[in-house]
Amino acid sequence: MTDTYLRLVNSGVTKKLAKQLGLPRPAVLRRYEPGQPLVTGPVLVLGRGDNLPPAPDAPAPSPDADAVAHVLSGWGLDVRRHPSQLEDGGRWAGVVVVLTEAEEPADLSGPMLALGSTLRRIAPSGRIVTVSRAATPDDGPALSAVRVGIDGVLRSVAKELRAGATGNGIVLSGDATLDGPSVAGLLRFFLSSKSAFVDGQLVTVSSDAGVLPGAGSGWEKPLDGKVAVVTGAARGIGAAIAKVLARDGATVVCVDVPAAGDALAKVANQVRGTALQLDITAPDAGDRLLAHALERHGHLDVVVHNAGITRDKLLANMTPDRWDSVVAVNIAAQLRMNEQLLASGKLAEGARIVSLASTSGIAGNRGQTNYAASKAGVIGMVRATGPLLAPSGGTVNAVAPGFIETEMTAKIPALTRQVARRLDSLQQGGLPVDVAETIAFLASPVAGGVNGQVVRVCGQNLVGQ
Amino acid sequence: MSPRKTSPSTPDPAPSTTQPAVRDAVIVGGNRIPFARAGSAYRTASNQEMFTAALEGLVARFGLQGERLGEVVGGAVLKHSRNFNLIRESVLGSSLDAATPAYDLQQACATGLEATIAVANKIRLGQQDSGVAGGTDTVSDAPIAVSEGLRRVLLEAQHAKTTQARLKAFAKLRPADLKPNPPVTDEPRTGLSMGEHQAITTAQWGITREAQDELALASHQNLAAAYEAGFFDDLVTPFRGLSRDNNLRTDSSLEKLAKLKPVYGKNLAGTEPSMTAGNSTPLTDGASTVLLASREWAAERSLPVLARFVDAETAAVDFVHGAEGLLMAPAYAVPRLLARNGLTLGDFDFVEIHEAFASTVLTILAAWEDDTFCRERLGLDAPLGKVDRSVLNVHGSSLAAGHPFAATGGRIVASTAKMLSQRAAETGKPARALISICAAGGLGATAILESA
Repeated sequence: MTDTYLRLVNSGVTKKLAKQLGLPRPAVLRRYEPGQPLVTGPVLVLGRGDNLPPAPDAPAPSPDADAVAHVLSGWGLDVRRHPSQLEDGGRWAGVVVVLTEAEEPADLSGPMLALGSTLRRIAPSGRIVTVSRAATPDDGPALSAVRVGIDGVLRSVAKELRAGATGNGIVLSGDATLDGPSVAGLLRFFLSSKSAFVDGQLVTVSSDAGVLPGAGSGWEKPLDGKVAVVTGAARGIGAAIAKVLARDGATVVCVDVPAAGDALAKVANQVRGTALQLDITAPDAGDRLLAHALERHGHLDVVVHNAGITRDKLLANMTPDRWDSVVAVNIAAQLRMNEQLLASGKLAEGARIVSLASTSGIAGNRGQTNYAASKAGVIGMVRATGPLLAPSGGTVNAVAPGFIETEMTAKIPALTRQVARRLDSLQQGGLPVDVAETIAFLASPVAGGVNGQVVRVCGQNLVGQ
Repeated sequence: MSPRKTSPSTPDPAPSTTQPAVRDAVIVGGNRIPFARAGSAYRTASNQEMFTAALEGLVARFGLQGERLGEVVGGAVLKHSRNFNLIRESVLGSSLDAATPAYDLQQACATGLEATIAVANKIRLGQQDSGVAGGTDTVSDAPIAVSEGLRRVLLEAQHAKTTQARLKAFAKLRPADLKPNPPVTDEPRTGLSMGEHQAITTAQWGITREAQDELALASHQNLAAAYEAGFFDDLVTPFRGLSRDNNLRTDSSLEKLAKLKPVYGKNLAGTEPSMTAGNSTPLTDGASTVLLASREWAAERSLPVLARFVDAETAAVDFVHGAEGLLMAPAYAVPRLLARNGLTLGDFDFVEIHEAFASTVLTILAAWEDDTFCRERLGLDAPLGKVDRSVLNVHGSSLAAGHPFAATGGRIVASTAKMLSQRAAETGKPARALISICAAGGLGATAILESA
């Protein structure tokens, strides 16, 4: 499961050789450890009118950029407002481009060229974050053009970045304001190393729902006191999710099929949670895991539908058992469990449901029609289920992993695996923990304004959106 | 919990002499690893690994990580000398608080039930609030001893002070001394295997081959059905690639069982041997655990309460001089247990009689129905009674699951507690179960559980 190539091009003689040969050199990504500083250096905030050099007719300074800068300063970050404010030899840990005030495509020129001037001085694993507004059918054509245009800019900038740097966007829609908890939460998530393998993604914030963590260690333990259920927790991504949720303060109920019980017990003991041997395709699985959580822990705040299987076959050769079992586990079980959870009325206020989708569901993948049907189905499911949970402050979202280094992907033939790994902007596969970090963010109280969304954890894989 | 008993007329004695009132000990749940026929899936697993695995599954099921329990009690029948602190070592290798005390206990096949009795009684007396009882056994990884001659030579050489004395010690060695002593299940005082002993009892009671095969078949069918129904989903945690007992035969039939050749009692004069590999338990590897607690301890942790441990009775018989069959002790323990609790055999929703051999169960049942036996041996006025087959070993027993000696008690206690909890939930009425386990050395341990 280790990426030997990545190790070789980052150490010793082989590093030198790779450099001389001009081989692709994927970076070792900065990943989160408790107590780690949010960013490694100064953060630049750019807004409307931040032209370079300053134009005599530049519009008035951007109040939205000021507001974002204020939030970042509040976290103790070294916030600067102009590209020239970087000392010699210094590097930007992050650049936040606030474009909420853009009214027409011409408004992009100043801030984007200013951003461009910083790109050679972005720190390893640095962060570019755009903040913009979603286009709506009511927008004028020019307004709509600039808003959608920002998506294109962001995705392109992300592909330009090197050394583990990433670019992601926050998109405000509906009644969401810049002051909403989820905007702060996403800013922090995207700037932090928790989003190491999230790249080229635009996440929509649709309301000011959500709760900012309290002062002190609030951002360190966002799930303190929460009870979370993770299905498929015995190994791989599920085990990583259980560990990250527990690290963030949650009590985790680890669920897997009885046959995986020994690995499940190890994970449960590691995260000091409980093991529940349960086949999620059982007709009463939702009721049973709810009953377990309520009886043993008093409440249920977070459900992560991670359990999933693959039974790959070209559609031309597909068999009913392969098709049906994938659909049964990956989507039908989730639908039924959600139905039971929602019908019970016993989920906690502000409950969070996070499902595992897949880039295969977004872009399609040869030999995975059954899997893609189920994983694209998950995307449809979260869009339709999100509004059902919104009245009680809850959310339903999906995370779509790209190529992740797991036991499952380790079974892909060596050459195919090597190619698959390099097919994203970060030129490497992600780790299970990368998926887990994004899920933990969506599961946290601050993310209440993100609902019905799909967040890809794919290093900006070349396929799909 | 009832208050401590104190006499109102006399001043309180010094605190050290007050007697705590007996409180309930309840069964919270259990965990075992699937049982494996000797020499199969757990071929290379030690007792300590198996018991630790069973314990870790229990800890995971009930979220006991870092918890300091009152005590963990268990043992193994076949044990290496290096495993003198087997259970304590297992605790140290688990996720429990290392400050959890433990001790080893051994009563042959009754080890697991005896451990349960020990833990329950300390809880009932208020000496501890929680505890784990269990057991483990491996025939695959059994100790093999050196001969008595070699052992004496080695000890003498070890104590010798000079090279000359050491050489002198080794000079006493004879070729025959190099032959190792593998473990045997023979009774030391009779030299007969357990099966040969039971063959005598089987013949005495006239238990037929058909009756034994029917019981064996029911055991397999009942256990298979319980697995299919998910009954063991919260009682068993897989181990080493096994998620079900691998002795279980879902395709067994009376025809197949009838074809097996008898293995015991072949030299008994004047009788037709009837005990086969099909209606006797195989040598088995495995481990089991049961979590017991006071009601308060369980409630504080929001843990379930499946059943209450009511009472227990052990018995032993003189099989050495032929006065009684080796495995008949439970036939004596149960009447005493019932009398003390004012119960009859008809008062039980479930009766669990360990299937060392199909004929063990059948001889015990026959004895309780026999007027002469009950009058002369048990000192009763009438037969003890009949056990309705519909309440006997309803989810299968050792013939199907296998019988890792010390682990059988924990298997039965945990499964029975769950059956009682389910029955009480279905009917809304209390349910009661009787457990009976025979053991080598003419021993027997029995207990009563009730739904909590």
